Amino acid sequence: MRVPFKTSYRHDLRLFADRHQALRYAALLALAVALPFLLDDFLIGEATGILIWAIGGMGLMILTGHAGQVSLGHAAFLAVGCYANVILMDRFGLPFPVSFTLAGIVAGLAGVLVAVPVFRLHGIYLAIATLALTMLVEDIIVLTEPWTGGVAGLTAPTLTVAGLDVDRFSSPDRFYWLCLAVTLVVTLGYRNLLRTSLGRAFLAIRDSEASAQAMGVHVARTKAAAFGLSCLVTGWAGALLGHYFYTFNHEVFTVVVSIQLLLMIVIGGIGSIHGAFYGAFVVGVIPQAINIGRDWVTAALGTGAVAVPGLETGVFGLILVLFILFEPHGVHGRLTKWRTYAELFPFYRRDLFRRQQSYLKTERLR
Amino acid sequence: MEDLQLMVSGLANGCVYGLVALGFVLIYKATEQVNFAQGDMMMLGAFVAIGLGNESHAGLPFWLACAGAVVAMGAFGMAMERALLRPLFGQSQIAVVILTIAFGFVLRFAAGAIWGHDPLVLDHPVAGTHVALGPVVLGADEIAVIAVTVLLTGLLFVFFGRTKLGVAMQAASQNQLAAYYMGIPVKRIHGLVWMLAGATAAVAGILFAAKGSVDPSTGFLGIKAFAAAVIGGFGSLPGALLGGLIVGLVEPFAARYVAAGYAQVAPYAVLVLVLIFRPHGLVAQVRGKKL
Repeated sequence: MRVPFKTSYRHDLRLFADRHQALRYAALLALAVALPFLLDDFLIGEATGILIWAIGGMGLMILTGHAGQVSLGHAAFLAVGCYANVILMDRFGLPFPVSFTLAGIVAGLAGVLVAVPVFRLHGIYLAIATLALTMLVEDIIVLTEPWTGGVAGLTAPTLTVAGLDVDRFSSPDRFYWLCLAVTLVVTLGYRNLLRTSLGRAFLAIRDSEASAQAMGVHVARTKAAAFGLSCLVTGWAGALLGHYFYTFNHEVFTVVVSIQLLLMIVIGGIGSIHGAFYGAFVVGVIPQAINIGRDWVTAALGTGAVAVPGLETGVFGLILVLFILFEPHGVHGRLTKWRTYAELFPFYRRDLFRRQQSYLKTERLR
Repeated sequence: MEDLQLMVSGLANGCVYGLVALGFVLIYKATEQVNFAQGDMMMLGAFVAIGLGNESHAGLPFWLACAGAVVAMGAFGMAMERALLRPLFGQSQIAVVILTIAFGFVLRFAAGAIWGHDPLVLDHPVAGTHVALGPVVLGADEIAVIAVTVLLTGLLFVFFGRTKLGVAMQAASQNQLAAYYMGIPVKRIHGLVWMLAGATAAVAGILFAAKGSVDPSTGFLGIKAFAAAVIGGFGSLPGALLGGLIVGLVEPFAARYVAAGYAQVAPYAVLVLVLIFRPHGLVAQVRGKKL
């Protein structure tokens, strides 16, 4: 086990704990950049999807994992980002970098707008308000047909970055690198956010609103900032998702997508940036694994193709139930435990990560 | 006259929402947990009743099938609490929310695998009979729905306020530690209240399946019922029924008088308005947070 020896306060603020860690992440980045040379077009597409979901996951992670506000409505902000980006490109002829940035800002502003009336809501009520928002957004998309194309939907135009045409189908590797670049920017921004006073304030209102207020954190303003930043990032994920899907309409951004985003960060491990990536990976891989498993079963049984409707969501739900019951800290928590076990061997204790239990009290007085 | 007719069918629909909302509120009132799978439990209750009662399935007499479904769903609720919720005792409420959402997906898949994805209707003795009350024609099933709902809400209201067990349930949620000190077996109380919620879900399911058809995605109705529970004030039993009736009434009138496309938005628009202007519902249970 390596004990970091700190000789200055600046060490606490470093992005990486030591050179080994920095090297590990550099190697990971090199692998990610080189991926298109190693995989075929289909797998690059899948990897791109995972990156986009990871961006969306990070968006929700800011709000839920770090600021402690549960949102069941992030599909709405994916939709805002997605539609804003394409409308800005099509109607106003803006180049992609500008429309993309603006799409995120529009989604962020929408997030702040939503946050203002729901300030007074805590926990469960906030989740319900955001759930209602997702239920509304589908209908709003249909009603604003002149802009959004209604039921017919919109088609994402081919985008140009630095003079190069980027298209999901004809140049999947370029689209992958574009998504990777966005992922990198968001991840670095997120990592730095956690080192600012605003990031610390997020953690404070997550752990106790009353204590945060007592320590001088402006709770309402901080929550609005969390909503805004979270929706900004989610909006970017939505913009990329639009190009990834190529055509989209109101049926893409359903409440199921919101729930899937939430489930993703729970499976990955809530409260850590790693979690968003692990979750996106699991969510991206499960459907493929189910397909392969189904082919394998059909081959073994020698019967025709078995079509079980709803199998995917069923399996997804089951995995999630098992995670919450047996590994509430998600994949990230499990990996941390294994790592600690190896580092402390043979002194690891089973209750090292035991969760503190608390007795509930109601907020109702009647 | 047309309005009166709309109102009656809206009331009957609202009663079903109210019953599902009642399930949410029961669990919330006694355990501080929120069960997002309540709509799916209703769907499951309906399917159990159909599986027991319909000619095409087991073909038991109607009343026996209903009793069977209520008992089975009660046992299911209790088993669910024991297997899934008790390990989370003392953990955050959000974990329970996510768990029940996920379990709802599992239930939907299981129901689809067992009973298929085609809509099914429950055979019942009053099918197709109508009662003319002056100019308004009522389906006998609609009257039954309204009567059963009002009766059940009344019973549960009295149960919570007047019986020893009901008061123990309220105590268990108001302060778990203090409830333990008073000799209330909090965990067993949780099991009982989940049983009650399961049985309520079965009643809601039977009424829903008698009025219309069910398929595995019927559980999504839970979201609307959820809106109803919040409009009424989460934690109040009459409030849940009131919220259900409001949602049930808003729907047909919006469909009749508001431009197409806006109608389905109406219940959620009401929810948003209530959340903004009366964040704790019409029958508010919260008066500021105590530390």
